[in-house]
Amino acid sequence: MIDLLFYLFAAFAVAGALGMLLNVRNTVAAALSLVGTMVSLGAIYVLLDAYLIGVLQILVYAGAIVVVFLFVVMLLNLRQDTFSPERLRGTKWLSVAIGVLVCVALLLLLPRGLGPAAEIPADFGGYRAVGTALFTDWVLAFEVTSLLLLAAMVGAVILAKRSID
Amino acid sequence: MVEKAVALSALLFVLGALGALTRRNLIVMLMSIELMLNAVNLALVAFSRQWGDLSGHIFVLMVIVVAAAEVAVGLGIVISLFRNRESVNVEDVSLLKW
Repeated sequence: MIDLLFYLFAAFAVAGALGMLLNVRNTVAAALSLVGTMVSLGAIYVLLDAYLIGVLQILVYAGAIVVVFLFVVMLLNLRQDTFSPERLRGTKWLSVAIGVLVCVALLLLLPRGLGPAAEIPADFGGYRAVGTALFTDWVLAFEVTSLLLLAAMVGAVILAKRSID
Repeated sequence: MVEKAVALSALLFVLGALGALTRRNLIVMLMSIELMLNAVNLALVAFSRQWGDLSGHIFVLMVIVVAAAEVAVGLGIVISLFRNRESVNVEDVSLLKW
């Protein structure tokens, strides 16, 4: 059952990513495809026992980040986009080599596997366990994050402002 | 399950990289970068489940914060670019290209 759900959401995620990648005419539709990918990934996080991360994925990515994207797309009233094949011609063999490398790595990984997953406590990935880890072992990283968000906020206001007095 | 999640993560990362390299619309390139960050998050969550260690979840939270900050600044740049050039095509902004 869980495997079936995983395949279902994985198919949704890949379809959403392809929809974003191949849709050259409509940027709004591309952003909405990205929402599908984000929500499917949130469901996959829940299947992997990462409950808090799954909720945050849907809240932050699907709820906030993609909405900002949509806002900017609609604000700018964009024309259609194109791929640029002539710029990529020189890198064709490099990309083929990298693709083959990734496929070989996956084919080596998948049949052998990583062994059985570790035994986890009942509240693994819940808000209590993640919150305890965040505010004990990783509290410095958490505090530095606030500085990063402040810098991003000031930077975004300065960049988008029409004129700086 | 963990192995399949890692495979899905690799697939999504490749799709994101493809978008970032082939599309010329700055907004779609930013979306592709978000997709790549999400693929990395999926790998972190999967390995976190595999080893039963919550550090991966904390790392995912940090990546989400960095992604949000990146989108705020990146779209600010896109807006000021559009105000000056009437375009979000990266081919139109190649002053710094060697």
